[in-house]
Amino acid sequence: METTIEEPASATGILAPQRASFHDNPWSTPLLGAIGVVAFMGVWELAPRIGLVNSDYLPPFSVVMVQLVSLLADPVFWEALGDTMLSWLIGVAISLSAGAAIGLIIGSSEALIRYTTSTIEFLRPIPSVALIPIAIVLFGINSTATVFVIVWACFWVILVHVMSGIDDVDPVAESTARSYGLGWAWRARFVTFPTALPFLMTGLRLCGTIALVVGITIELVVGTPGLGELIATSQSAGNVSTVYALALLTGVLGLAINYGMKFIENRALHWHPSVRSEQPA
Amino acid sequence: MNKARSISAMVALPIVLVLLWWVATLGNSNPFIPKPVALLTDLWETWANSRFLEHVVPSIVRLLSGLSIAIVGGIVLGVLIGSNLTVRKIMGPILEFVRAIPPPVLLPVLMMVIGIGDETKVFLIALGCLWPVLLNTVDGVRSVDPVLRDTTSSYNIGGLTRLRFFLLPAALPRIVTGVRLSLPIALILMVASEMYAATNGLGFSIIYFQRTFQNGPMWAGVVVLGLVGIIMALAFRWFERRILSWYYAQRELETSG
Amino acid sequence: MVDTQSNSDVLLSVRSMKKVYPTPGGPVEAVRDLTFDLRRGEFACIVGPSGSGKTTLLKCISGLMAPTSGEVILDGERVAGPPRNMALVFQEYGRSLYSWLRVEDNVALPLRAAGIGPAERRERVAEALEAVGLAHVPQSYPWQLSGGMQQRVAIARAVAYRPEILLMDEPFAAVDAQTRADLEDLVRSVWKKLGLTVLFVTHDIDESVYLGERVIILSSSPTVVQDDVRIDLPFERDQLETRSMKQFVVHRHHVYEQIQLAKRGFRAEDTRPVAVAQPSA
Repeated sequence: METTIEEPASATGILAPQRASFHDNPWSTPLLGAIGVVAFMGVWELAPRIGLVNSDYLPPFSVVMVQLVSLLADPVFWEALGDTMLSWLIGVAISLSAGAAIGLIIGSSEALIRYTTSTIEFLRPIPSVALIPIAIVLFGINSTATVFVIVWACFWVILVHVMSGIDDVDPVAESTARSYGLGWAWRARFVTFPTALPFLMTGLRLCGTIALVVGITIELVVGTPGLGELIATSQSAGNVSTVYALALLTGVLGLAINYGMKFIENRALHWHPSVRSEQPA
Repeated sequence: MNKARSISAMVALPIVLVLLWWVATLGNSNPFIPKPVALLTDLWETWANSRFLEHVVPSIVRLLSGLSIAIVGGIVLGVLIGSNLTVRKIMGPILEFVRAIPPPVLLPVLMMVIGIGDETKVFLIALGCLWPVLLNTVDGVRSVDPVLRDTTSSYNIGGLTRLRFFLLPAALPRIVTGVRLSLPIALILMVASEMYAATNGLGFSIIYFQRTFQNGPMWAGVVVLGLVGIIMALAFRWFERRILSWYYAQRELETSG
Repeated sequence: MVDTQSNSDVLLSVRSMKKVYPTPGGPVEAVRDLTFDLRRGEFACIVGPSGSGKTTLLKCISGLMAPTSGEVILDGERVAGPPRNMALVFQEYGRSLYSWLRVEDNVALPLRAAGIGPAERRERVAEALEAVGLAHVPQSYPWQLSGGMQQRVAIARAVAYRPEILLMDEPFAAVDAQTRADLEDLVRSVWKKLGLTVLFVTHDIDESVYLGERVIILSSSPTVVQDDVRIDLPFERDQLETRSMKQFVVHRHHVYEQIQLAKRGFRAEDTRPVAVAQPSA
């Protein structure tokens, strides 16, 4: 029997990058999109005002916005944001370097793939939150615990993407390079790396979101420093509009991370057909 | 012969790792570091009794309820939004934004609105899992093959027949991807909501053991949680292979031909 | 001009059809002014240089797309959506079949949607599959079949639907030459047996002359009718004999010449009234 690595697409949800289709038929146009946003804000504003929902639980949009603005002037918010982003950055950096290095080593050898598949497939689905108590026991209630859980969540994503990227190397390109007498290092540089890079970038983009969600979850649940903790304390103090304002701000943060990662991806892959085809002809 | 080799490849590394773990913790008396034999004993003693019914089963029920609501809701909304261009364009930016909010953030919000009961947890799981299903369904419906869509229209296939035999099957690969992405989210939200505010459940038990310094049972709880995650992933893979058998078979044929 | 409304012999009538696509770079005129009639039971082929709006024309006739101006009249009624008595066969056989349905279910689906009961459905499906020589594979999935067989499934689906008019959009452009010859004969035999009206779009001059009783030649874009030729080949056609007949070569020569003229931008505008006014023999 051959090695029983699952086909990447089905096992990991990785398809070869298919972003181009997104631009054929845009999700929105400025006018209709603005109508949607305004309508959403209008409903939020009116629902508590006309008594459709209790304004103790859902303050009108304008009240939340006022709170949001005052949060932006509050150093406590910026400190929490800094803590969250620092954990995020360290967590993503560790996952990226460890995942890419180990993925490269394992992915380059048939034997290593064969011997590690079962272990990887066993460890990967273990939910990151399961490690929260372990992280607290090992590191205490602090940012190191947050980083630990983020790394667990993101490491596997990078690892699996890098491995499928290497698996995707065209055997013809590989043997062509060999026939021209290119050594291991050169083949890695000019054949393996360019093939695996789009996969790595997709993995990295996913990690950006995962790291934020996981990080904020831990902060919220156990109170390690960051935005999540700030939300939890505002809730127990009964500052309802602060909770909503912070929820909106984490949404903005999520969007920023999303676009930032897409930007990095497009910059790193500007030569790749899936990116080039997005540019108008 | 080959089969024996592939099985040995499968079990070799896990055995080595467990052995290493066992040897490394032989003389260790640090209560925070688990040992393989003790962990197995704890696993059996802590969970193989009524605690399983009291704490694991409710968790699973919440998880599956939330997930089912998310799948049904995501598909219904996704089809509605996906098949109507104007609705899609109006909803686009809002969906994009709401999706970017990390779902656990909604936990305190929901607790204020609907309290700390089971409904909150189920609702939270449903809400968090809705987005991957919804967005993938929209994409799936949006990207159905134009030739097949024209074929369907030209034969006047409309209404429920169109939905059941054309739109849903055509979008199914993407819908399944959405559900697969939502599985870990469901698990995270289940555990997080139980750790945050609950009186039973797997997440509650684990955090309770941790707070009362019962490290053995805590580790065993983490193992149970891990097993739940793995079983869910395997069960879903099996299910996916079944309902998308035509899709995988077709792709295999195309890539090999 | 012939009064089409009163002439019950005319099944399909395309009147001054014009189609302009709005594009970011300004409107593009795909079809300028098309007028022709199809008599009941006629087998007509449409040929034209690539990009001459053949597909646009078919989409407007089949009601999948509304013309910018002008109209399409089928059986005395203006076409505003896909008509009941019309079936359409596309070039992309692989994409026009439902991958998740077995062959028989693919053929049966339009009947099911039309509210035809299971017993009659089964009967019609079996009959149609028999007619296209696919009675042995009702349980297969389309993608398990060869390209030619997949196109037969699409034809069987059209046949089972029992349309009065069958539109075919370059149906054999993507199959190999041998299969193509078989399918051409299949379409003619289905046409003869069922007394359908067939409008067959192709870019292949030989195919148009071999199949049609009449060949309508389109100009290059923006499209008008360049010429309209009656093909006086014998009713029974044979791949070897018909194609080596003198009339075949003459017709082929004529059509070829007209297409070359069309490509060079020559418009038969002066001769058009003559071409449109068909001898009603």
